[in-house]
Amino acid sequence: MFTFFVRRLVTLIPTLVFVSMLIFSLQQLLPGDPALVLAGEDPSPEAIAHIRATLHLDDPLPVRYGYWIAGVLQGDLGESARTHQPVLELILQKLPVTLELALLALMIALIISIPAGIVSAVYKGGALDTGATVFALTGLSTPNFWLGIMLILLFSVELGWLPASGYVSPFENLSANLAAMIMPAFVLGNAIAASLMRHMRSSMLQELGADYVRTARAKGLSERVVVLKHALRNALTPVITLGALELGTLLSGAVLTEQVFTIPGFGKLIIDAVFNRDYAVVQGVVLVTATTYIMLNLFADMAYFVLNPRLRK
Amino acid sequence: MKLSYRTLLATSLIACLPFVASAQTLRIGLAEDPDMLDPTLARSFVGRLVFMSLCDKLFDIDEKLTIVPQLATGYEWSTDSKALTLKLRDGVTFHDGEKMDAEAVKYNLERHKNLKGSSRSGELRPITSIEVIDASTVRINLNAPFAPLLAVLADRAGMMVSPKAAQALGEKFSNSPVCSGPFKFADRVAQDRITLERFGAYWNKDAVHFDKVIYTPITDATVRLANLRSGQFDFIERAASSDIASIQKDAKLKFSKITEIGYQGITINTGKNDRAQSQPLGQSAKVREAFELSLDRAGIVQVAMDGQATPGNQWVAPNNSYYSKNVPVPKRDLARARALLKEAGVTNPTFTLMTPTTSDSQKIAQVVQAMAKEAGFNIKIQSTEFATSLSLADKGDFDAYILGWSGRADPDGNLYNFVGCKQPNNYAGYCVPEVDALLNDSRSKLKPAERLAAYQGIAAQMNKDRPIVYLYHRDWLWAYTNKLSGVREVPDGLLRVTGLKLN
Repeated sequence: MFTFFVRRLVTLIPTLVFVSMLIFSLQQLLPGDPALVLAGEDPSPEAIAHIRATLHLDDPLPVRYGYWIAGVLQGDLGESARTHQPVLELILQKLPVTLELALLALMIALIISIPAGIVSAVYKGGALDTGATVFALTGLSTPNFWLGIMLILLFSVELGWLPASGYVSPFENLSANLAAMIMPAFVLGNAIAASLMRHMRSSMLQELGADYVRTARAKGLSERVVVLKHALRNALTPVITLGALELGTLLSGAVLTEQVFTIPGFGKLIIDAVFNRDYAVVQGVVLVTATTYIMLNLFADMAYFVLNPRLRK
Repeated sequence: MKLSYRTLLATSLIACLPFVASAQTLRIGLAEDPDMLDPTLARSFVGRLVFMSLCDKLFDIDEKLTIVPQLATGYEWSTDSKALTLKLRDGVTFHDGEKMDAEAVKYNLERHKNLKGSSRSGELRPITSIEVIDASTVRINLNAPFAPLLAVLADRAGMMVSPKAAQALGEKFSNSPVCSGPFKFADRVAQDRITLERFGAYWNKDAVHFDKVIYTPITDATVRLANLRSGQFDFIERAASSDIASIQKDAKLKFSKITEIGYQGITINTGKNDRAQSQPLGQSAKVREAFELSLDRAGIVQVAMDGQATPGNQWVAPNNSYYSKNVPVPKRDLARARALLKEAGVTNPTFTLMTPTTSDSQKIAQVVQAMAKEAGFNIKIQSTEFATSLSLADKGDFDAYILGWSGRADPDGNLYNFVGCKQPNNYAGYCVPEVDALLNDSRSKLKPAERLAAYQGIAAQMNKDRPIVYLYHRDWLWAYTNKLSGVREVPDGLLRVTGLKLN
C-alpha cells in the first residue's frame, strides 16, 4: 500500500512540471504586447522599456520560464504588474471566497435536487414529476447572468432585503457574509441543482425497480421506509460523485456570477488579469487551480484504494 | 416555508445593521479596478478618481477648467517664461506627519522625472532642475517655455507623496501610499475595495464631511446602478447612457452630465508604415475628406451614445476656449463625398475599421459602416480585444482604428502625443513639420490668445490631412443618491470629495 502511494506521488512530479510549462507557453500565445497594455494611458518609451526589462519580455521563452519557475520553487509567484501586489497574497485573499461560494452553492443544489429527485421518481408521470422536470429545465436554461440581475432587482432594489454586492468576510460578520453570499450561491446552485435532480431521479428509479426493493416491500415495510431507508442510500452514491465533480467546476466556473455580484473571487481575478495581460497573476492562479485538481484526484485515488479491497491485490 | 421566510427576513435585517451604522461613510462605485496607487507609476484613468481623495496636487482645476490653488497657493512665471516659481501652502503635512514643504516638492518632482518606470517623466520632460528658494518657495527651471506645465501640475505629476515613506517603502509604496490629501490609505483588497480614512490634520479639514471613503469596482454599469438603487453605493461614475432615462425618473437619485475633456475618434493609418499606402484611405487626403463628409456625427451620437455626447471635430469640445472656430464641425454631405471619391479616382474604397470590443465602440463601428456605405465606402469591421488592438495599432497593423482618450485639462495633453512626429500615442504615423512647429509654438506661448492662434493653425492643417477623424465628446454620467450634496461637476470626470455631504 505504501509503495502505491509513493508511486502515485512520484508520477505527480512530471505532471506538475508539464502543467507549469503548458500554462506558461499557452499564455504567451495571447496576442498583444503586455508592456503596451500595462503602460496605460501615457505610454512613454521609458516606461515601456522599464516594463519590458522587469518582466524579462525581451528574453527567450525558456529563459523567462526559468525565471518564473525558479521563483515558484521558492514559494514566490511574482507580483502583479498592474498593482504591484504579490500574486500569492492575491490568491490567498481570493481562494477562500470562491471556496465558500462553491460550497454554499453545492449545499443549495443538494438541498433542492435530492428531495425534488426523490419526489419526481416516486410519483413518476404524475403532476409532481412534471412540476419538478419543468423546474429543472428552467434552472438549466436560465442564464446565470440574467438570474443574478433579476435577483438583485427583486431582493436588493425592490425589497431591500439583501445587499446587491459587497463581500464581507465570515470572520468579520457572519450574518452579513451570508446575506451577501446567498444570492450568488443560489444562482450557481440553481444551475447545478437541475442536473443533479435529473440524475437523482433516474438513479432513484433504477433502485426502485431493483430486486431488493421488491423484497423490502414484500416484507411489508412501509413505502416511506422503502424509499428513504433502502433505495435512497444506494441511489445517492452516483449523485454525490457528480456533486463532487461539480464542485471542481464551481471553483473555476463562477466567473460570471462573481462579476454580477462583485464577489472578489478567483474568477474575477483571472479574467481581469487576462485582459490586463498581467502574466504573473494568470500563471499563478492557473497553477494553483491545476495543482488543486491534481491533488484532489490523488486524494480520490487514495480513498478508492482504502475503501476498495479489490484494488489492493 | 414560513420558517425559511422568517429566517431570510431576520438574516437580512441583521445584515442591514452595519449599513445603518456607517452613515459617515461615502461609498463610491467605480467602473474598473484601479492600478498602482502611486502617482508616479499610476497609468489608468480610474486610479485618478481614488487619488482625488488620497493625494493633493500642487494645483487643481475647477468646473471651468481654470487652474486653482491646492498645495501651491500662487505662482509666477519668469520674464523669459523658462522658470516657474511656486509659493506653497504653509502648515501642510503628509499623512505620516512629515512636512509638505519645498524640499518635499523638489523630491517629488525629481521622483516623477527619474523613478524607473515613471509614467510622469514624459509630461515633465521640459524640466531641467528644481530649486528650493525657502521652505515655502520652489522654482522649476525649464529648457524652454512650457505653457501646459500648470495643467500638468494639476494632475498626477503635481501630486505629492511623503518623501520619507517613498524612500522607506521603495517599490512597495503603491501598496500603502502616503500623501497629503483629505483621506489617508487604510486598506485595499484587489478588485473588491479601496478604503480610505479621514486625515485629521488635513489643511482644509472643514470641507471634509466623511470618516471613510470606500471605492468599489463593478465593471458592469447595470449592476453598478442596481447597487446605487439598493443603497450599497452613494455615488457611481460612468452610468450607462441607456440607463439615463430611468435614473431621471427615479426620485431617490440625482444625476450629473458633464462634457468630457477627452474625445472619441477614428485614427487613420496615414504613415505609420507601408500599410498606410496600401489602401486609398491611408493614401489620399481626398478619400479621408470624403469619409468624414459621409458621417453624420449627431446620428452617431444618437445611436451609439443615446444622445449623451456632444458632436465634435477637434481634440477639444466646441465649448472649450481653445476650440478653433475656423474649422467648424462639418455637416454630412453625401454628394460632395461622392464627388471627392470620383476626383480621387476610387469610387468604392475598401478598408478595415478596427474596433475594441466595448459596446460603445462596436456601435460606432456599425453606424459608421452604414453611413459611409451610402457614399460608396466598403468598410470591414474588425472587432479586436483592447490589448490586442493596441498592439496592432502600435505596429501600424491597421487601416482605421476607433480610439478614445480620457483627456487632459490643457489641450496640449490631447494633441501633442497623438500628432507630434514620433510621439508615443501617434498611431496614425502623422508627421508634418508645420504641425510640429505649431505644436512647439503652442507650448512656448503663455498667453491664451497666442496659444489659440497656434491651435487654429494646427486645426487648419489637420483638417487637410485628417490623421484623426474626431467624432464626439462623451458626457461623464454620474448618478448618486439625492441625499448627497456638494457634487462639483469638473470636466475631467473626477469626483472631488471635499465639500461633499450626505444629508
